[in-house]
Amino acid sequence: MAANAQTIETVEGLAGEYKYGFVTDIESELLPKGLSEDTVRFISAKKGEPQWMLDWRLRAYKAWLRMAKEKGEPGWAKVSYPEIDFQDIHYYSAPKKKTLKSLDEVDPELLATYEKLGIPLKEREILAGVAVDAVFDSVSVATTFKGKLKDLGIIFCSMSEAVREHPELVQKYLGSVVPVTDNFYATLNSAVFSDGSFVYVPPGVRCPMELSTYFRINEAKTGQFERTLIVVDKGAYVSYLEGCTAPMRDENQLHAAVVELVAMEDAEIRYATVQNWYPGDKNGKGGIYNFVTKRGACRGARSKISWTQVETGSAITWKYPSVILQGDDSVGEFYSVAVANNAQQADTGTKMIHMGKNSKSTIISKGISAGKAQNTYRGLVRVMPGAAGARNYSQCDSLLIGDRCGGHTVPYIEVKNRSAKVEHEATTSRISDDQLFYCRQRGLSEEDAVSTIVNGFCKEVLQKLPMEFAVEAQKLLGVSLEGSVG
Amino acid sequence: MLEIKNLHATVDGKDILRGIDLTIKAGEIHAIMGPNGSGKSTLSYVLAGRDGYNVTQGDILFNGQSLLNLEPEERAREGIFLAFQYPVEIPGVANATFLRSAVNAVRKHRGLADMDAMTFLKTAKAKMKQLQMDEKFLQRAVNQGFSGGEKKRNEVFQMAMLEPALAILDETDSGLDIDALKIVAEGVNALRSPERSAMVITHYQRLLDYIVPDVVHVLSKGRIIKTGGKELALELEAKGYADIVADAA
Repeated sequence: MAANAQTIETVEGLAGEYKYGFVTDIESELLPKGLSEDTVRFISAKKGEPQWMLDWRLRAYKAWLRMAKEKGEPGWAKVSYPEIDFQDIHYYSAPKKKTLKSLDEVDPELLATYEKLGIPLKEREILAGVAVDAVFDSVSVATTFKGKLKDLGIIFCSMSEAVREHPELVQKYLGSVVPVTDNFYATLNSAVFSDGSFVYVPPGVRCPMELSTYFRINEAKTGQFERTLIVVDKGAYVSYLEGCTAPMRDENQLHAAVVELVAMEDAEIRYATVQNWYPGDKNGKGGIYNFVTKRGACRGARSKISWTQVETGSAITWKYPSVILQGDDSVGEFYSVAVANNAQQADTGTKMIHMGKNSKSTIISKGISAGKAQNTYRGLVRVMPGAAGARNYSQCDSLLIGDRCGGHTVPYIEVKNRSAKVEHEATTSRISDDQLFYCRQRGLSEEDAVSTIVNGFCKEVLQKLPMEFAVEAQKLLGVSLEGSVG
Repeated sequence: MLEIKNLHATVDGKDILRGIDLTIKAGEIHAIMGPNGSGKSTLSYVLAGRDGYNVTQGDILFNGQSLLNLEPEERAREGIFLAFQYPVEIPGVANATFLRSAVNAVRKHRGLADMDAMTFLKTAKAKMKQLQMDEKFLQRAVNQGFSGGEKKRNEVFQMAMLEPALAILDETDSGLDIDALKIVAEGVNALRSPERSAMVITHYQRLLDYIVPDVVHVLSKGRIIKTGGKELALELEAKGYADIVADAA
């Protein structure tokens, strides 16, 4: 016990600073703080949106006002934070230069920022096989590989562009998985979403590269409201990567994104996230509030949606990437690593809604808690009456580091069909002094020892990530747990 | 190589080591024998620098340098290797990954470049062959699901890869059948050289038939009560500890 406490102190002494904590000095076009119908109109006008989009936003805004009045923010998650003043937030900011024909026109400072983050925005992309739709604050500044994708009939562009260029697709699918009135934050997002990515893969096309987007919050006090929509038609396939880091900031920043996925018959979508928003300092000051709604619909038979997430950042994470298994024999997967260190709070998990016959879902969740962090897995498995032969397997493992943190597992299981099979396993373990000493006796530093043990714990999830992401995620786990561990 | 001077150590406030003096020269193998609770394993942990094992008096010099202020990993990188009595499981971490990190940590300390993956694999496979270990062990998680004997063999494999200056084997023979014992002993003997030393902790003389020691020490109640040549082990085997402990008292 004494040894354990000592170890914790030693490691805390090593506490690393947030590596990506820098701020880019770019003139931003900033809308004054506050939220009103005028804010919504301003954003829509700024983007040159058609009337139907504005109407959609306004409908959402009105619904949100009702929600705010009646119930306020949802209070059921195991997280606590001071009430958010939604009038004290900027709802729009954009880098000033906007119409760019090539990378040469991109603000050099912006490029330097990407450079620091290791985002391949130049020829390196070709080697890496990654097309990047880089979202800097609210406006997409550079989109690459469009030509190559276009030849295949794949649309990969910013949401703003999609609203203008592909209104029929956007109108058909936007809000079809996460309805305008789904929940408080999703509704807010629907009213004021700034930008995001849009992907459409036509029938039978296998997207030959990993599509990826990097998000980054830069402007102080700017809420980020990304909106992403991915539609994969019959027999098509896409793998999408989303990764983010944010600069160090003293004030809490709200991030309320919505991601919708639609998979038609025999289609497959793999969506991987590495989330590394600024988590706040050791005492919980600052940091991002990450209130995200991510949901996929397996519309067609034999369709498949797979979510993989590595969540290491944010002061508060509230996120449940879900799958609605409508098609017969459809498959939903959720692989998650959630790290909460110092004063971080994470309440994350998934929902698997089985509607189609013989639909299958797998949930593998690895929660790591250190410092005085609270980490909750919250997951729903619901089998509807028509989902004969549905199967679910859930495994939720918690790893505790030190003795001041908490790991919680809250499974909800609702089965309304007798032929369904649902399994749930959960474990809680601790990094032992034995393991640490064993690693150190072999020459590994204490930090490397912790990183090694944690990476082993998360292996099942990490190996689901695309190669380049897996390497990054492994490093990130080490960095996130630096100075918190014992 | 190793000089232990009047070493006193406590665990949880209890005196376990009460004045140990011991010198191991380069190239020598010393056996430490003794009844249960005599402090054999504590000695190995104290040498390796485990937290919670507190040195209250005396000193440990390794190649003339005191170890007392060095962290466990620093001692390991200096060339001290402890083969654990109970090797620890690390779920999800491949043996190869773990061992390569260890090898490179030690190499870095010695100013050498990282061992690349190809060289590592080649070397590892050769050593495994010597120890009659299946190559599949490289991809299995560290000690997870290993039998007792497999764990011990894995310890000796790690030792062979790390080529320590001083190897401490803590009851490496326990849980081994006679065939495995011979293989493990061969592994240890293969490392014997004028520059390397070993401290072999064991209950039984049996292991010393295969790893022949230069010196045998008998430990009792935290002190070395008798030191002799390899024949001392035979005497212990014949008479039991009780007589020797009584003689010394």
